[in-house]
Amino acid sequence: MNHALPLLVGIPLGMAILTLLLSKVSARIADFTAFITVAVTTVIAFMLMGSPVHTYWMGNWFPPFGIVLVYDGLSGLMLLIINLIGLLSIIYSFSYMEKYTAKPKFYSLFLLMLAGMNGVVLTGDLFNLFVFLEMASLASYALVGFGVEHQELEASFKYLILGTVASTMILLGIALTYSMTGSVNMADVASTLSAMPAKTTIAFAAGVFLMGFSLKSGLVPFHAWLPDAHPSAPAPISAMLSGVLIKALGVYAMVRVMFNVLGAMPIYQDIMLVLGGISMIVGVLLAVGQYDLKRQFAYHSVSQLGYIVLALGLGTNLGMIAGIFHLINHSLFKSLLFLTSGAFEHATGTKSMKKLGGMGQLMPVTSTSMVIGSVSISGIPPFNGFFSKLLIIIACIASGHIFLGVLASIASVLTLLSFTKAMRFSVFGEIPEKLANSKEVPFPMAFSMIFLAVICLGVGIAYLVAGPTFTDIFLQPAADVLMDGLHNNSVNYITTVLGIGG
Amino acid sequence: MIEYVSLYILTMALMGMGIYALIAKRHIIKKIIGIVTMEYAINLFLILVGYRTDGIAPIQDSQISAAELAARAVDPLPQALVLTSIVIGLGTLALMASLAIKLYEKYKTFDMSEINRLRG
Repeated sequence: MNHALPLLVGIPLGMAILTLLLSKVSARIADFTAFITVAVTTVIAFMLMGSPVHTYWMGNWFPPFGIVLVYDGLSGLMLLIINLIGLLSIIYSFSYMEKYTAKPKFYSLFLLMLAGMNGVVLTGDLFNLFVFLEMASLASYALVGFGVEHQELEASFKYLILGTVASTMILLGIALTYSMTGSVNMADVASTLSAMPAKTTIAFAAGVFLMGFSLKSGLVPFHAWLPDAHPSAPAPISAMLSGVLIKALGVYAMVRVMFNVLGAMPIYQDIMLVLGGISMIVGVLLAVGQYDLKRQFAYHSVSQLGYIVLALGLGTNLGMIAGIFHLINHSLFKSLLFLTSGAFEHATGTKSMKKLGGMGQLMPVTSTSMVIGSVSISGIPPFNGFFSKLLIIIACIASGHIFLGVLASIASVLTLLSFTKAMRFSVFGEIPEKLANSKEVPFPMAFSMIFLAVICLGVGIAYLVAGPTFTDIFLQPAADVLMDGLHNNSVNYITTVLGIGG
Repeated sequence: MIEYVSLYILTMALMGMGIYALIAKRHIIKKIIGIVTMEYAINLFLILVGYRTDGIAPIQDSQISAAELAARAVDPLPQALVLTSIVIGLGTLALMASLAIKLYEKYKTFDMSEINRLRG
């Protein structure tokens, strides 16, 4: 299975170009090629799940000289989420993207973004991380502005400016790290750093990295671009951006670099706690006042990202498990919510809560999916969001951060309030006259939403019925990777990558 | 040693100028210039990391032994990284410029403070 790792990056990258070329022959073929590509990568990601930690040397250059791809528990879980949400977004796009003119270009950019994200979570090389990160980011800037209307362009430009600042900061961090260690291979850097005394340059590099990745993941106070960019994109792209992009490029890259490469630094864990706590509260407070469905969901992304970073910043095993669990759950229900808001927009032409109403009678499938997504994110049992939020609050209290635990509970109540409002104005209530003829969305869109809603419920029930087994299979391997970096100087990671004989 | 320090300071000053242009200027093109200045400051920084006074090009031929090359040549890795980073910067610049043109077509202005339909 060793050769599967480069395929996860290579297939979408190659097909991104081929899709454009093939679309010159027939416009319809783009749907098909994009679907097949993402289906193949999803199958590979599923088959890799549970396989042991292993590496792949690009071009057979052995580390630390060549680029190395590393598969471990955390990468595996991220790959699964990225490709699964990607596949469902592609299916959704079959019907949704009909109203845009350049469908093949959309698929091409989509696949480029997917290849970039797969690369980010697989790579074991700092500079390679930067290259994949820029690849995914550039594709996402273009996708946010895909509608080429006033608001899309404005959002795309803001996102582009702040995203480029973030990338520049990350490159500066890489340059500083290289100047101290003479290597860009993550495992090599980690082993060099653990052998030498703490240096201020590395602490500065860590600060620069933290700023860059926080900007990429849209944590408060770096969130200004997020509520503009995510709602302006077409719905499947909103789902991809909020669901997986900010996590792969932001949270995943942050914890990988901070914990596994640069090693434990208590001061930066405290900063992560502060950033997470502020994002959690400020995000949800800003969300409550919104009357635009997608904009509200985008603010909730800021808030939920706060939960994840807070839990990961705690640095305990339970915190890691809770953070990673919430990361998966948020990917599932946030992409579901963005897809449902897109379905409302597709059917009625508006995403403003003030103009919607009574959709439960006209569009039962979309409305049910939205209710499931809303109760999941609000943390109502037995849906998945409840368990991960509960774990986060328990982890906060168990590690002695009572205040943060209380803060997390308050944010959870406010989330419920905000989603009660969203449902009151869109799903329930009276049907406005103008929208009386709205019809349920076509099958591909409905399929994606039902599928995600079922997984949301399924994950919740699976955790309720077989919590320990679920944790052992999915969450513990990923948490182990981070714990190894935080408390063990990444010894396991270094041995895997630089291991004798490879 | 002293000229190294001043070079680092100049690089960081260049980056500061880029950030200033990005934050303080309202004109889209000036913002873009700010970003490009910033990127190039980082590229210069990377080159400086691998720089060595009176260093030679890191190319090995029959006249120079491997040990001598290692002792005298500049570090080639940052140069390779900068090459990649410049190409990425070019891609970003192309996208920024095309967005600026599209924004001008829609809003008939390059002033970022007048492009403010997204609020809340």
